[in-house]
Amino acid sequence: MTVGPQPFAALEAPACVLDRANLDTDQIVPARFLRKPRSAPDGYAPFLFRDLEGLPPGARPAEGAPAARILLTGPNFGCGSSREGAVYALVDAGVRAVVAESFGDIFRANAARNGLLCVRLSAAQVAALMRSVTASPQARLRIDLPEQTVAAPGVAPMRFEIESFSKQLLVAGQDEIGFTLARAAEIAAFAAQAEAERPWLVPPPERLRTAP
Amino acid sequence: MPPEDATAPPRTLFEKVWERHVVARDAAGNELLFIDRHLAHEGSFHAFAKLAERDLPVARPDLTLLIADHYAPTRGRGAPIADPEVARVIDQLGENAARFGLSLIGLSDPRQGIVHVVGPELGFTLPGLTVVCGDSHTSTHGAFGAVAFGIGASEVAHVLATQTLWQRRPLAKRVRFSGRPDAGVGAKDLVLAMIAQIGADGGTGAALEYAGPTVEALSMAGRMTLCNLAIECGARFGLIAPDRTTFDWVAGRPLAPEGAMLERALADWRALASDPGAAFAEEIAVSVEGLAPMVTWGTSPEQAAPVTGRVPDPAELPTAAKRDAAAQALAYMDLAPGQPLEGLAMDRVFIGSCTNARLEDLREAAEVFRGRTAQVPTLISPGSSAVKRAAEAEGLDRVFRTAGVEWAESGCSMCVGMNGDLVPPGARCASTANRNFPGRQGPGSRTHLMSPRMAALAAVTGALGRPEESAR
Ligand code: SF4
Repeated sequence: MTVGPQPFAALEAPACVLDRANLDTDQIVPARFLRKPRSAPDGYAPFLFRDLEGLPPGARPAEGAPAARILLTGPNFGCGSSREGAVYALVDAGVRAVVAESFGDIFRANAARNGLLCVRLSAAQVAALMRSVTASPQARLRIDLPEQTVAAPGVAPMRFEIESFSKQLLVAGQDEIGFTLARAAEIAAFAAQAEAERPWLVPPPERLRTAP
Repeated sequence: MPPEDATAPPRTLFEKVWERHVVARDAAGNELLFIDRHLAHEGSFHAFAKLAERDLPVARPDLTLLIADHYAPTRGRGAPIADPEVARVIDQLGENAARFGLSLIGLSDPRQGIVHVVGPELGFTLPGLTVVCGDSHTSTHGAFGAVAFGIGASEVAHVLATQTLWQRRPLAKRVRFSGRPDAGVGAKDLVLAMIAQIGADGGTGAALEYAGPTVEALSMAGRMTLCNLAIECGARFGLIAPDRTTFDWVAGRPLAPEGAMLERALADWRALASDPGAAFAEEIAVSVEGLAPMVTWGTSPEQAAPVTGRVPDPAELPTAAKRDAAAQALAYMDLAPGQPLEGLAMDRVFIGSCTNARLEDLREAAEVFRGRTAQVPTLISPGSSAVKRAAEAEGLDRVFRTAGVEWAESGCSMCVGMNGDLVPPGARCASTANRNFPGRQGPGSRTHLMSPRMAALAAVTGALGRPEESAR
């Protein structure tokens, strides 16, 4: 499953509450699965939360049942290892947005490049959404990325903040390689000048290649 | 020393290094950062696949170094690897090196070892550089006054294709350590105490500069341990101003500048330290006076306490989130509130990882092992093959072997278990690595993080030891 990220606009989807703090990327995808290529039909979906016990229904993609597309969870979600496999597992399992009080920085950067939205709200706001979903599990949350709002039944719409760059990547459904490559000449000129001023910026090539 | 331009506002070390790498800035304030050094390990296959999909070359093959470590077998090196998937990812690293024209340190290379140990060892890492790797503990290289940070596979692909990254500049915060640590208390204890104080997300969104006399007195090995664990409080960056200790360590490394170029470099590096009066977003004070060796009791590095202390009662913790997290951790770790840490029986000991497997760490462990016998299965995997040779030249391997310890090859090993070095379910492992997450060392494994000295003590007594003994 090597599809590019899907552009993100407005999302209306059921949500799943996984109320745990510090869910690190080792728990999202255990290390032993990271050697797997992502090219299998269901990608990294089968590895999502694989070793976690006592999960609520919908957190892990069960056979037949569609996974929740929005995950509501505790603070510091995605802390720990930089493995992008954690994002692949969520995305491949159909999760399009995670709502939490805070996220690991690297996880958030990885998410934006793979079409997964990280919504940061205050602890009280996340708790209100969790209560709403727990009270009516079938209800759908609505996340509008262009407007930066989240709405749930019985909860006043909430505005969230997101860096313009992440928003841009998500809305376009792109990573930024093509965009940066257009600046290749500017980058090369920058490097040439820096390397002229500080020649140690380039390691001696022959010593880099082979052991002394 | 006055700043070069007397009218320029004082700047922090982080700002100085960051600013000289900004190629461009967009309207929203995002910055395109030039990357001086890129390290990659076997996990990079996802990023190379992205490059291959678009048929893109590597922009600057002279600035990337590939090293096999995450899946490196630590026993029977040289023999065929039994697990075909593990063999495959290691082969792929070599194939990508060949296909994209990159330098490779493979399993049979005498320079092989963990990326964050090998980079500094070779002088690939230098002060004032930007260093990235698809591994969150890249913060380690900040010990040299580099802006070093972990990235994900999409960003690795971006670096390969463009040698740059789009980033938002994080806030620089300063952590000032004060106090002279007692004998037997080292960098690992200092940084575990800091994380326990500020929390596992206390550094999120920030670059932490470690400063103060306690930090200045540390060796490079200790400084690397400190920076290595920055990510465990959520900070993507940890850094320390380069000084005499740094320069003496760097000079003479195979890839470091020499002669007149070294002199020029030194002049440049000396000016990197934060200017007096430079403003930090926050100043954090950590006192280590009288600190006992630290061990973790839970499943987050913030869940740490002095070994002389007790497992906390979750009910007494300040916030609901901390109470829930502690209750879950105690259930997972099979510990009771109020239980003393000293004397807690260990089933395994692992001394290794990019946190604590440098020569100094092994010497510290050897001091404890000398003349004693390990009571539980103990594995030592040196941080690099060079560290292994140096330890053997000093006879440390004989001390370990005589104590009944397994002396293995270098790699990530039981830090993450990707090569098959796993802790069995339910077993308690004293580990010198950096993460005690549930399942980190294998499904159901229970990890207690500590210094090499405390881990060695756990090996010879089969339990968490007394601090007096560790100071022996
Ligand atoms: S030793 Fe552990 S933390 Fe360090 S690079 Fe390897 S897996 Fe990552």
